[in-house]
Amino acid sequence: IRSYYAAKAIIQESKNTSPKLLMRAFCPSLATNRDKLAQVLWVLNWVSVITGITLFSLGLFLKVEIEKRREVMSKEIDSVPNMLISVGLTACAINFLGGIICNDCVDTSKFLRWKLLMLPYIICTFFFTFCILLGALMCYIMRSDLEESLFWGLREAMLYYKDTDMPGRCYIKRTMDMLQMQFQCCGNGGYRDWFHIHSLPNELVIFRRLRSNVEGKYLIDGVPFSCCGLYSPRPCIQHHITNNSAHYNYDYQTEELNLNLRGCRQALLEYYTQIMHSIGLIVLVIWLFEVSVLIGVRYLQTAMENVLRQGDPDCESDGWLLENSIADTARYNFNIIKNLGKCYQVDDDPNIDVPSTSQQTQENVPIKQIPVAR
Amino acid sequence: MALLAKKFDLAKRVKLAQGLWLLYWLSVMAGILIFSTGIFFKIELRKRSEMMDNNESHFVPNLLILVGLVACGLNTFGGKVCHDSLDTMKFNKWKPMLKSYMIGCGFFCIVLFVTALLCLLMQISLHFALAEGLKNGMKYYKDTDTPGRCFMKRTLDMTQIEFRCCGNNNYKDWFEIQWISNRYLDFSNDEIKDRVQSNVEGKFLMDSVPFSCCNPGSPRPCIQHHLNNNSAHYDYDHHTEDLNIWTKGCRDALLSYYGGMMNSIGAFVLMFILMEALVTIGIKYLSTALETMADPDNPESESEGYLLEKSIKETFSDIMTKIKAPFKGNQVEEGDAEAAPT
Repeated sequence: IRSYYAAKAIIQESKNTSPKLLMRAFCPSLATNRDKLAQVLWVLNWVSVITGITLFSLGLFLKVEIEKRREVMSKEIDSVPNMLISVGLTACAINFLGGIICNDCVDTSKFLRWKLLMLPYIICTFFFTFCILLGALMCYIMRSDLEESLFWGLREAMLYYKDTDMPGRCYIKRTMDMLQMQFQCCGNGGYRDWFHIHSLPNELVIFRRLRSNVEGKYLIDGVPFSCCGLYSPRPCIQHHITNNSAHYNYDYQTEELNLNLRGCRQALLEYYTQIMHSIGLIVLVIWLFEVSVLIGVRYLQTAMENVLRQGDPDCESDGWLLENSIADTARYNFNIIKNLGKCYQVDDDPNIDVPSTSQQTQENVPIKQIPVAR
Repeated sequence: MALLAKKFDLAKRVKLAQGLWLLYWLSVMAGILIFSTGIFFKIELRKRSEMMDNNESHFVPNLLILVGLVACGLNTFGGKVCHDSLDTMKFNKWKPMLKSYMIGCGFFCIVLFVTALLCLLMQISLHFALAEGLKNGMKYYKDTDTPGRCFMKRTLDMTQIEFRCCGNNNYKDWFEIQWISNRYLDFSNDEIKDRVQSNVEGKFLMDSVPFSCCNPGSPRPCIQHHLNNNSAHYDYDHHTEDLNIWTKGCRDALLSYYGGMMNSIGAFVLMFILMEALVTIGIKYLSTALETMADPDNPESESEGYLLEKSIKETFSDIMTKIKAPFKGNQVEEGDAEAAPT
């Protein structure tokens, strides 16, 4: 604590001469600038509460969308929605408190209640805005995680497609079919993925003749009905796809509309990327809004503190972002942190007159040696 | 003797005016809601007009849109009157129009009732439009190269997937229609030639359905061809298999979808009639309360508000005499003319 006062005393001397960062004078008038700022900030804080609720609901929406298709994802992608939900709730709470504080700032006496809390509040909000920015950035980098999860998830879903009698997997067929119909896609990367999968239940395979038998699996060049293209002019061909002679007037290499050509992994990835890009954009806008509200609150705080320092509520007071330049403030805070652990040292305290050490020992020795003279 | 008379002092009049003003604004919002449901209904009909042969009647949604707009207008006027009612000068501006306004509101309630009735009865006409439209739709399913019908296949497939239905009445309708175009039939194949020649109209009929009839919830891969032939598929009995394809007909599915929509719109309009009646009664009370003030210049004076000036019988006989008066006038004159020469 003593070192804190020492540092502050040094800086106090240079206070009047050094420029303050982005200083603004708040002039008195009938509707004072300070009061107007406080009222505007009160309204803005309430708007920020609404944006906090928006963030929360965006996170919830993303979570619901991911849960809907959880079965085709190998691992849970819950970091981004959870982050958005928690950031949204925290933003609501912080801005609610900010609104109450700004409402009380109009009256100098009420401001005294919040005086000690305001600086910590501003610092917390400043670090919180970094969280919002992180949330926005995470939306954009989630893509690679999602792609990997979809790749393994879809592969597994296609392997278990035929297991409609096994508990825990009986609805994978329906989920996969509805997915392929809704997104107009087929397979993992393309419809050929279905050729590698043993997609018929065992009992149905017994009486079929095997054409090519690899690893004991019955592989056919057929796809499920849900891969059928809706825009095809001819009735859907889902079996013997690579065999041109099995169907009249058919060439599988030039036929484009018969089946869905897009892979489901790519379709789902595009869908989720679109959602997340728009969410990321909205979060960035909210971040800018929060930063501007924070700057306003900081101005209000410094202006109110100066009013209290000058003692007269009606006089002009200055408001600023930082008392000194960024470099000085950083050095000041760094000194505080450096000296937090140290104990009180007499040498460091400028208020105490400390003579030089050599003089001190000489004085000590004579004092001890002076006998009582007679 | 006035019907349902009630005493009003200043405070009660103010409360009545304020409450009525609020109710009028709620009615305006309800009117906007009716307008938007009319638009929504129109869009939904347009979306699936191909299934109804493009000749479905748009009378009911158009009526709903009109009714919504008129309701907004009437209720805004009523709200303005209520707002001005406590200021004598402003109210005198509106006083002469009030009687015709209330009669207009009465007619509007009757129109609303007719609208609600039509909403509920439209399902019958929709039933016939859908039956005809789906029959033709299935007939043109294969004509993907005929201009004007090339998207029928896609529309019908999407409808069957979305509404989880198959065919018109049920899936067997597909057995009576050739839904595979001749372009994709190999007529050099004997089997196909036999089948076409054995049919009276030369159509290629099969016991199979399009892929859009397939049920994704079926535990086995979809069987679309040779549906009636148990031996064509392993472990398959077409009498007991009910999960393979959708068995419901698209006409029933679409009817229940539109029916639900129309029932809720009709119910909402009926509730709106109650609200309209309430505000009309309220404004009648307010206007009579303001008219019968004992001392017109003193706003604090007491007044009496009523629904009808005389009892129902007397009011009705008054109206009848008023209607008969022009005709009676001629008879009396003729009688005089006859009496005069004699």
